[in-house]
Amino acid sequence: MEKVIENVQKKFSLSEVTSAHGYFITCEKKDAVSLVTYLKNVEGFKHLVLITAVDWIKDNKFQLTYLLNNPQMKKELGVRTYIERSVWPEESVMDSAHHLWPAAKTYQRELHEMFGIDFPDSPEVNEPLILEYWDDIPPYRKDFDTKQYSEDTYFPREGRETDDPATYMKEMLYPFEGEKNV
Amino acid sequence: MAKMNYGKRKADLERRSVTGPDGEVFEVDPMKNYFCEAPPKVYKPSPLTPLEKFYNWCRAESIYILGFGTGCGAIEMRPLMSPMYDAYRYGVHWRPTPRQSTVFVIGGYASVKTIKRIIRSYEQMPGPKYVLAVCSCTINGGMYWDSYNTINRLDHYIPVDVYVTGCMPRPEALLDSVETLKKRIKEGRAEGQNKYAENFEWYKANQKQIIKDWDMPDYNW
Repeated sequence: MEKVIENVQKKFSLSEVTSAHGYFITCEKKDAVSLVTYLKNVEGFKHLVLITAVDWIKDNKFQLTYLLNNPQMKKELGVRTYIERSVWPEESVMDSAHHLWPAAKTYQRELHEMFGIDFPDSPEVNEPLILEYWDDIPPYRKDFDTKQYSEDTYFPREGRETDDPATYMKEMLYPFEGEKNV
Repeated sequence: MAKMNYGKRKADLERRSVTGPDGEVFEVDPMKNYFCEAPPKVYKPSPLTPLEKFYNWCRAESIYILGFGTGCGAIEMRPLMSPMYDAYRYGVHWRPTPRQSTVFVIGGYASVKTIKRIIRSYEQMPGPKYVLAVCSCTINGGMYWDSYNTINRLDHYIPVDVYVTGCMPRPEALLDSVETLKKRIKEGRAEGQNKYAENFEWYKANQKQIIKDWDMPDYNW
């Protein structure tokens, strides 16, 4: 695995390499698809496990992760890249990887629907996958208030009580230790 | 800007002229040709005469459940089919289509996408029809109470006859709810179908509030 990463580092500039919980490498946005293509064609990472995104709202960035699997080495490698986070209704744009794996099309449709990340050349990317006719902020963005939306839309039943987890733990589970601390 | 494309799907539902295999051109209106748009009727419950009691006994003892697993609670129906619980001895059967069923078991959470299919299936079922709402998700949203895509109260969208609490209820609880439903039918109190017809506008307004791609007739059967 170290050899693979050394080979990659010769060709691409990686900003971060971690191996704490599996191998993850971080590259620039413009290199991401060519890096994934290189890993597939040369290094044998032939299987795309998933494409997913994380919304880092404070850094104003989306983190995209391509998780690849090498069936011969039985190893997984995650390729991370950061793209600019646009303010809704503007969509962030990323290059498509559907020409490498047909399954990438479905992940990109999901990312378009849930995060508002557009993949311009990807087929059927504008068609709805799970949400039909969603007209609000994409629900996986951090600035979408899911509780508020649910209360406004879905007729909450009255009488439902919720506890603050911290006080509940103090009162119910560790009452004696709670007294000691006071 | 969001630019979702719904053109391809909608075109199938629009009125258009089609050329047949003989070269004949004819008009097709899918929304009118296949569906009846007449609103549901209220059937006044008859007094409990001995004949009506006999009818109710027949309705109660032949529970035909629609085999549509709408959520995780549907998994509780599978042990009932097996010899361990054997619901068939109580007259409970599972049918593959809404046209042959009388009881709709809503198994747990219903997302917006599912509730659209639930409404269509419920309306296609012949009367008298009953609804069993299983799991706490159908009562108050359960663990999905603050989800962006899951309804909180099922009884705002279709009428519910019997609720089964629990997350998840055991198969015995489901069997017990069937017994409760039987009791209610025999007493002539399971009037969900009439409730739906009486408050038809209210139900439709609630349904249209959450189902944003309303590409179906108001009522279909």
